[in-house]
Amino acid sequence: MAMQADDIIQMIKAALPDAQVELIDLAGDGDHYKAVITSPSFAGLSRIAQHQAVYGALKGKMGGELHALALETKAE
Amino acid sequence: MTDTVSDRIKNTVTSNDIVLYMKGTPTFPQCGFSSTVVQIFDYLGAKYASVNVLDDPEVRQGIKDYNNWPTVPQIFVKGEFVGGCDIMREMFETGELKTLLAEKGISTA
Repeated sequence: MAMQADDIIQMIKAALPDAQVELIDLAGDGDHYKAVITSPSFAGLSRIAQHQAVYGALKGKMGGELHALALETKAE
Repeated sequence: MTDTVSDRIKNTVTSNDIVLYMKGTPTFPQCGFSSTVVQIFDYLGAKYASVNVLDDPEVRQGIKDYNNWPTVPQIFVKGEFVGGCDIMREMFETGELKTLLAEKGISTA
């Protein structure tokens, strides 16, 4: 099961309202994405914690419905 | 003493300097992200242990719970979780990974 790009962006923004999300469909198959996420809430967090915040926003879909989402996170 | 999957993971990651939990083996990675991580550590010339999560469903789920991290590969240095493929790639490109290994006393080529 693939996820729609809009659904991914909405889930991330719901959990991280101040985030700017850029989503790239890497393979054109709706199943391999890269997200570049910029959020002031990432300031002071390790990369691991930043990525965990994004995975948390996706509520278990990562690794399930969503097979591949490369992440790049930035505080600003 | 019960030998839970989390005990097994802890034992593995503390008894090896670098451990890659991956899909497939370093010779035959079965996922592009796992393959990338293998290439990074091979390029750095660092010795690592690898665990093929596809061989063991318990570890495949267990490693996700262990670090609250939903994907594979997962990389440990001296028992500490350092990230997945994206973080390894970023740390490799910025030179942080090499610095980290040097700080931990792990030799590279």
